Parts: sequence; structure tokens; C-alpha cells
Amino acid sequence: MTHVSLYLLGGIALWVLGLHALMLQRSALRRIMAVNVMGSGVFMVMVALASRGADIDPVLQALVVTGLVVAASATAFALRLATADAGDNADTKQPADQERR
Amino acid sequence: MPAELIFDGILILLLLMLAGGALHVRSLYNAIVLFIVFGLLLALTWARLGAVDLALAEAAIGAGLIGVMLLAALARSDAEPGPRSGRAAIIVSLGLGGLLVAMLTRAVWPLAQNTAALPDMVEIQLAASGVSHPVTAVLLNFRGWDTLLELVVLLLALLGVRQLGRTTMQLPTAWPILRAWSRLLAPLTIMIGGYLLWRGSVAPGGAFQAGAVLAAGAVMLNLAGLLPNIRWDSGLTRSLILGGIAVFALVAVGTHWFGAGWLDYPLNWSKPLIVLIEIAATLSIAVSLTVLVIGENEQPSP
Repeated sequence: MTHVSLYLLGGIALWVLGLHALMLQRSALRRIMAVNVMGSGVFMVMVALASRGADIDPVLQALVVTGLVVAASATAFALRLATADAGDNADTKQPADQERR
Repeated sequence: MPAELIFDGILILLLLMLAGGALHVRSLYNAIVLFIVFGLLLALTWARLGAVDLALAEAAIGAGLIGVMLLAALARSDAEPGPRSGRAAIIVSLGLGGLLVAMLTRAVWPLAQNTAALPDMVEIQLAASGVSHPVTAVLLNFRGWDTLLELVVLLLALLGVRQLGRTTMQLPTAWPILRAWSRLLAPLTIMIGGYLLWRGSVAPGGAFQAGAVLAAGAVMLNLAGLLPNIRWDSGLTRSLILGGIAVFALVAVGTHWFGAGWLDYPLNWSKPLIVLIEIAATLSIAVSLTVLVIGENEQPSP
């Protein structure tokens, strides 16, 4: 048992933990966090695989760097969508006021 | 059992506990705090696994900026509905979860043994890439398309958020100690951001890490009330955000027109081209992330 296999197992466990919460929780914020935990699990599997050989695999690491920024963008959009109702009340009440600004 | 494995085991257990806490603790505020700590420990994990580039990016984006966005979303959201509960649900999910872990382990386990050919190919081509850090070489030379399209994804997220209109967020007056610390930290973030950008060609660092650190500094200053909102409406913001993509796309078109193909840099030009793209991309990422996190807040004027 090397540290690579340990982190592989950890990544899988994180992914399943996130999936479980995604199905169980009903609050949008929790579900977004659950998807992020699932993503972290996938990243952990990829980064563990990147360090399996003698040299570190730069291709896998670069993919995860890209993936991290994409995940952050998607999270930002999802969070804004999840709270769109609560936040937009002020806008819909005074559309003319919004226009003027 | 070697001592390193004990450290790894504890780290993974902590990560699992924090994730479990973030997803199931009753109070949503506590859950978000646990999630931020989870992001920080994740950065430690990446550093342990030798992915220093990723650790830097995770600490700034994963833990910092997403944490701010989650807390802001919490302030805007209504009371949360409780989870589905019941004994049957727990038993079924435990059974299915165990089964899923076993199946995924079976699928992933063989991957740890075999070796990939790609690292050797990167090693061979590294001298021709213009930079000496392999991750930067992959990001900006061998797989430049990924990075270009990633900037586009960031822009799309920004446009999507903009379509939903502005939000109001009532920020309390910042504590004097927060203002004082932000004044101290802000120049440091600019220095660290610039350093990371410059080091990116020879060591861990680069456009994303630098951009994320700069964005974190800008968000901090804004939350302390020292920096006005950076708005999409202003021409400077727009040109900085679009400039990164424009420079990258122009280089792609130029290399196709005059050279060997899309993003296939001429041999002697690769280093200056990569540095040019990285500088433009850093500014673009920094401004995009800042606007994404705080830009569209409508702060009531004091």
C-alpha cells in the first residue's frame, strides 16, 4: 500500500460522500457544496495518479489546474442562480429605477 | 507502516470528516466555515502530492474566493429546507455508497500500476517549449487550447452572472483592524502575484495562481471598504477581461497564419509569446474573478 493508493481511495470516498449529500440535501447551497466535494474527489484521484511514477505527470496536473478554474466559474454561476429569487426582488419592484441607474 | 503513510491517513480522514461536516452540519453558516477549512486542507494535500501549482491555486480560489461567494450567497438566501431523513434512507444510502466505493476502487486500482507515456514525451519536448517548468509548458504550449477555452469559460460564467442582475449586499462597516491589515496585505498580494507570474516559467506558479492571488487581494480590499466596486460597466474592466482572451486568440490566429499551425509557436518566439500571454491572462483572470465575486454587488452608499 503506497501513498498513491491511499489517496486514490480517499478521492473515491470524497466523491461518494458528495454524491450522497447531493441526493439527500434539499438546500441549493448544500448541493453546490456537494458537487464541489465530488469535484475535489475527482481531482484527488487525478493528482494521485499524476504522482504514481518516478516523475510527476505534468499533463494530469495541468488538467486539474484548468479544471479548478472551470469548477470555480461554474460554482460562482450556480451560486448566483441559486439565490436569484431572493436577490432579484429588489430589482423587479422598481424596474424604472434600475433603468435610470 | 512508514511514518509518511500515517500523515497521509490522518490528512485523508480529516478531509473526509470536514467534507462530511460541511455537507451535514445543521447550521449552514458552520457548514460553509467547515467547507473553507476543507479547501485549505485540500491545498495541503496537493502540496503533499507534489502538485505545488495546484496547491497555490486551490488556496486562493478554492478556499478563499469560493468561501467569500458562499458566505455572500448565504446572506442572500432564505432559510434552508431540511434534508430528507428516515431510517430507510440511511440504510439504503450506506449500502449503495459502499457498493459504489467498491466498484470505483476496482475501476481505479489498476491505473495506479500502469505508467503513462505522456510525461516522457513532455520531458523530451520541454527544451523546445520555451519554458522549463513542465506544468507551465503543458498549460501554455502543448495544450494551449485548454487554457484559451478556460478563459472563455470564465468569461461565460461572468456573463451569466451579469444576466441575473445586480444584488444588494449590506456590508457592515469594517473593523479598524481589518482595514489596517488589508492595507498591509494588499501590496504584498501584488508583489506575490507578480512574483508567481514571473516564476511561472521556471518553477510552480503562473497565470492562474497569480491572477487568483491578485483577485483575493482586490476582494479583501473591497470587503474592508477601501476599494470601490470594480464594475463591468467601466471600459477599463472590460478591456482587461477581454484583453487576455484577445491576446491569446490573436497569437493563435497569428501562429496559424504565419507559422506551423494554431498555437504552434515558432521556436525562438515561444518564450516571449508565452510570457505575453501569461501577463494578459493574469490580468484577465484577476479582474474576472474579482468581478465574479464582488463586482455586481449594489452597495448602498453610506
